[in-house]
Amino acid sequence: MDSAQMLVALGAILFVLGLAGAVVRRNLLVVLMCLELMLNGVNVELVTFSRLHGSTAGGVLVFLVFVVAAAELAVAIPIVLLLVRHKKTLDADAFKDLKG
Amino acid sequence: MPWLGLIVALPLLGFALNGALGRRLGKRFVSAVGCGLPIASALIALRCFLALLETGAPISETAFTWAVIGDRAFEVSFWFDRLSAVMALVVTGVGSLIHVYSIGYMKNDGSYARYFAFLNLFLFFMLLLVLGRSMLVLFVGWEGVGLASYLLIGFWFEDPAKAKAGKKAFITNRVGDGAFLLGMFILYGALGTLDMVRINEAFLAGPVPAVSATVIGLLLFAGATGKSAQIPLYVWLPDAMAGPTPVSALIHAATMVTAGVYMVARLNGVYLQAPDAAQVIASVGAATALLAATIAVAQYDIKKVLAYSTISQLGFMFLALGVGATGFAVFHLMTHAFFKACLFLGAGSVIHALGGEQDIRKMGGLWRRIPVTFATFLIATAAIAGIPGLAGFWSKDEILLYAFGSSEGGAVLLWATGAFTALLTSFYMFRLVWLTFFGRSRMSHEVEHHVHESPISMTGVLAVLALLSIVGGFIHVPHFLEPVLPIPALTAAGEDAEGALMGISIAIALTGLALAWFFFSNGGARAEGARRALSPLHGFLANRWYVDELYELLIIRPLHWISDRVFLRIGDRLLIDGALHGLASLARRGAHAFSLVQTGNLHLYALLALLGGALLLALRWLNG
Repeated sequence: MDSAQMLVALGAILFVLGLAGAVVRRNLLVVLMCLELMLNGVNVELVTFSRLHGSTAGGVLVFLVFVVAAAELAVAIPIVLLLVRHKKTLDADAFKDLKG
Repeated sequence: MPWLGLIVALPLLGFALNGALGRRLGKRFVSAVGCGLPIASALIALRCFLALLETGAPISETAFTWAVIGDRAFEVSFWFDRLSAVMALVVTGVGSLIHVYSIGYMKNDGSYARYFAFLNLFLFFMLLLVLGRSMLVLFVGWEGVGLASYLLIGFWFEDPAKAKAGKKAFITNRVGDGAFLLGMFILYGALGTLDMVRINEAFLAGPVPAVSATVIGLLLFAGATGKSAQIPLYVWLPDAMAGPTPVSALIHAATMVTAGVYMVARLNGVYLQAPDAAQVIASVGAATALLAATIAVAQYDIKKVLAYSTISQLGFMFLALGVGATGFAVFHLMTHAFFKACLFLGAGSVIHALGGEQDIRKMGGLWRRIPVTFATFLIATAAIAGIPGLAGFWSKDEILLYAFGSSEGGAVLLWATGAFTALLTSFYMFRLVWLTFFGRSRMSHEVEHHVHESPISMTGVLAVLALLSIVGGFIHVPHFLEPVLPIPALTAAGEDAEGALMGISIAIALTGLALAWFFFSNGGARAEGARRALSPLHGFLANRWYVDELYELLIIRPLHWISDRVFLRIGDRLLIDGALHGLASLARRGAHAFSLVQTGNLHLYALLALLGGALLLALRWLNG
């Protein structure tokens, strides 16, 4: 198994870990962290394939993902903060009544 | 100068000014505008008339092109030949007089400006109708006068009965207008033009291919039965008396109701090719004349008597049209405009004097109290009754002569119906005079105290109209109109009987007078006896042959039933509402089913997204 294959496998593992965490964990902060894990799994894949093909496009896309992820967190964390202030808990199930 | 356009436009200007500013600028302004502009119109019409006499050539004038469809243009243009000249003079002349009369009659009404605005609007549409060269313009005027009529019948709309009378007039007229439109469509389809001058030319040149003159003639006449109150659509006119009396005089006696007569006369080319339609017109005219006259005999409302009398006289005009004596129909139209306007305005003066009383059973002995009104009313009555020398005698006598001996459909039966109607006319008109002006007073003390002669603006108009009722018959209109409306030849029998028929006409008028005298002179005791003896007949006539009830039973109730049961309950509520409510309910239930997925559980959403993604990948993989 060469290094490229290992890097692809690492990215996939990171993504699946993040996905599993986002689906099963109830703590909102952990869910957010898991989301980041998934994004970074994808990033690893992007740089790996970028190197394999000798193209910089994948590397550039990674920076875009960074920016979007940062922006997303900047919005998501305050929302979580406000929700927690309202219900005094981080449990996602406590917010079921927000459904339309 | 576009003189013809000006004749038409001035009353419209009056409507705009009075309608927009009348309330603010006060009665003086309203009267000046409301009467001044129609008088100006009348003077311009007179000027055009003199120009017509001088040159002898009809004046044609195009105002603007209304619409261009393909290579066909619809123009708003005016046509001033001898026929429209007579009509325009009658409309603006009598119209102006009635406007002036209204100043006195309406002076205490709160909606003075609205009244004059509507009256001017009416005049605008009526002039459009008589001056329009195209049937399209005529039709705009035709509908417009209907609108003005509706607005003025329901002028005192606070009273539901009066508002309802306006509606009845409007709806009844729609029935006729539908037929009129169909006639226009067929004409346009066949000839490709609605220009009435060209339509007449086309029909006079011989039978027009691929179109039946009879069908067109009958459809257009059906329109005329609505506007001109003939059987079967006359029922709106008596109810139209709910409007102010000058309106009854102008719209429902002198001008608007004669629009049908004018239209048939204008399209005489079509009717020359349609002897069957002409025969129908003559029969309907004679029947209407007789029916309305019999009803008038048993009415007690002064305006209702005059309304039925108007229907009856319109019947005479259609009788003349039907036997080809078109010029005589227009002649009678003119003399009728004079004496009937005088009668209505006289009735208005009586009503005004009595503070709103219209029941002739509560009048009597008025001749000494309101002498000018009495004198003018008597002259106009003599004129309509056909007393020799007055306007009505000349026109009615000639109509009866042609009903008897016209080579285009004269018949003894038509003449006999007309002559009997003339007898009834003379009788019920003198009955009206007797009950209103002679005998003992039957007024209550209060009303009697209040009686006063009307102001000069009203009596002056009455005097002018009475004068016209005397001299109007000496203008030989049919001869003047002969270049436009040919006079049919008399049959040999007709020529032989001419002198005898005139003698009979005179005898009839005097008999009617004598009968009225006999029945009503003695305090009405003999009339009361006759009424008791003929009680069922009197009831039948007093209830207007139960025609309104018959229409109610045969047309209105079934229509209501179908509207309610079929169209409302099945069509509207069950089908249309049902379909829409069903769709709405389907959407709501579907949305409810899908909303079950929205649990609010974040992890479930993530899981579903995961499964969805996995499913997509699997599909992609399976499909290679």
